[in-house]
Amino acid sequence: MTATVLRHRLFWPVTLIILLALSNLFFTPSFFSIEVKQGHLYGSIIDILRLSAPLVMVGLGMTVVIATRGIDLSVGSVVAISGAMACLQISHLGNQNSLGGVLTAIALALVLAAAAGLWNGFLVAGLGIQPIIATLILLVAGRGIAQLITDGQIITVRSDPFAEIGGGFRFGLPVAILLAAVVFAVATLILRRSALGLIIEAVGGNAEASRLAGIRSRRIVWLVYAFSGITAGIAGLMIASNVNSADGNNAGLWIELDAILAVVIGGTSLRGGRFYLGGTVVGALFIQTLTTTLLTVGVRQETTLLYKALVVTAVCLLQSPAFRARFGRRGSRRPGPTPTSVPREKVPA
Amino acid sequence: MTTVPVGTHRGAAPYRPQARYIPLLATLSLLVLMFTVGSARYENFGSAQVVLDMFVDNSFLLVVAVGMTFVILTGGIDLSVGSVVAFSTVLSASLIEKHGWNPGLVIALVLLIGMTLGLAMGVMIHVFDVQPFIATLAGLFLARGLCYVVSVESISITDGFYTKMATTRIPLGGGLSVTPSVLVAVVVIAVAAYVLHLTPFGRSVYAVGGNEQSAFLMGLRVGRARIGVYVISGFCSALGGVLLSFYTLSGYSLNAVGMELDAIAAVVIGGTLLIGGSGYVLGTVLGVLVLGMIQTLIAFDGTLSSWWTRMFVGTVLFVFILLQRTLSGRRG
Repeated sequence: MTATVLRHRLFWPVTLIILLALSNLFFTPSFFSIEVKQGHLYGSIIDILRLSAPLVMVGLGMTVVIATRGIDLSVGSVVAISGAMACLQISHLGNQNSLGGVLTAIALALVLAAAAGLWNGFLVAGLGIQPIIATLILLVAGRGIAQLITDGQIITVRSDPFAEIGGGFRFGLPVAILLAAVVFAVATLILRRSALGLIIEAVGGNAEASRLAGIRSRRIVWLVYAFSGITAGIAGLMIASNVNSADGNNAGLWIELDAILAVVIGGTSLRGGRFYLGGTVVGALFIQTLTTTLLTVGVRQETTLLYKALVVTAVCLLQSPAFRARFGRRGSRRPGPTPTSVPREKVPA
Repeated sequence: MTTVPVGTHRGAAPYRPQARYIPLLATLSLLVLMFTVGSARYENFGSAQVVLDMFVDNSFLLVVAVGMTFVILTGGIDLSVGSVVAFSTVLSASLIEKHGWNPGLVIALVLLIGMTLGLAMGVMIHVFDVQPFIATLAGLFLARGLCYVVSVESISITDGFYTKMATTRIPLGGGLSVTPSVLVAVVVIAVAAYVLHLTPFGRSVYAVGGNEQSAFLMGLRVGRARIGVYVISGFCSALGGVLLSFYTLSGYSLNAVGMELDAIAAVVIGGTLLIGGSGYVLGTVLGVLVLGMIQTLIAFDGTLSSWWTRMFVGTVLFVFILLQRTLSGRRG
């Protein structure tokens, strides 16, 4: 029993989150206290959850893309594009508080984000370009597009309905958390209660074999990139709404790297195949807990990158079969059959 | 792998370039086209000094992109270059200005650090079989984080040697001149071309990129090549950082954000196949010049905002990837 718990792929990430959270008690004794103010829940834990919502969103999209043996580097740019589009539309409204106008703006932003995802899908599935390079194009050009939408300015909006997405509360919880939870639940339901999840894993495992088995792998690839675009779009709305403005330069900067890190921590292999949406959520929470803890301790925002580097290195080495074989306890306890332990043809990165 | 000029042996046959030179020729044509259009549209564009200034303004990118070419030739990728460049500028500025170190010593140390970081990433990639993408991502985070540990604010450099390197212009005759950094870049390019084409190491780099399994079975030192390219890339990034600090006379943690993308774009536009095994340092030089030309055109135009640069680079990148895809056929 304990062995199964110990060997579960999320054992270490979850343990680390708990340890990190506990270590906060030394610095902020009130870390775990959750207050109720005006019917809303407040507290450090809630903050961590709220701030990790955009990363969870991007991570969910990234997980399915990685499951097909792809990668989406353009999510940060899509975050910027979607936020820019929404803020631009809202700033043109006569009454920025009109619900209909805000919903139209949101819809437009998400359509644009989906279009960006479809463009990636077109390059990868349609033209057969390597995912890392195909999405690099939009990563480079996407910030330019976001700047073009905002005309190089930071667009500030004053819209109560829009501010709800990033800063509002429903049922006592921040809307961002609820939104992320709903998307997670829907994605899990669709992927795990239908054959779609299995098909995606099949495509990631061996695209050619799955095609021969009758799966239209190209269509699946289009789909996952579109999904990744939409989730990045939602994350863009959350980020823009949180600060009530769109910054084409800095919105979502580095988020693609954090998202990939969250996916890897969650146990999904970059070599495609099996994927774990729940693992990605844990990974995203871990990254946010780490960031928050470091900030509470007094480490500068920028220096947190250093600790992320250590985490990436540690996680990669622990997942590497070669490293385990060399430094692990030989023969005594065999590592579980993780996707990484299957020797595969190398993916040119 | 030798660069024997093709099409010279039979006078009667029309000149048909080998497939592997087509991307290179395409880049060259694009460069000539852009220069012609620029000369026709803008006054003072069509001068040799404009071309030389592109070298002056991009000498650091040239060096970094040459290092990236090695990595991409083996089928890998190095995302850490921009951060290593930034770290080199910050560290040298800090050591020289705040601790009074000798510039020569500082440059040696910075280059050594770049190579060590490259070595560490290479070992992670080759020995522990971590994907290049993710291992160099860790390097990116590490170097960028170290920048902020050294200094968050920009440090300006007033050291005599550095200011001399920044202000010296080497006359080339006819009123033309370049900076010493350009000479450094040219030396790096020449050495890189020599290493790639005329040494056993260079041949194993191409072989590993072509097919690692075959290279191993042929008895080539696969590990040495795969780790070596990251050491070279680390060295080039650190050297690029030194050149950048000559150019800006400062060290700043936010320097060179996204330079890895510029370097990768330059390599791709220069015709090096991303799956490895095929490409030339000269192509990368042309690729950097295309990026420089886009910047220069936008600067001369004056009405286009700077973010158009990114969109143009994205478009050119797209076209060249498409070209690669068509040319490489089944190999991709």
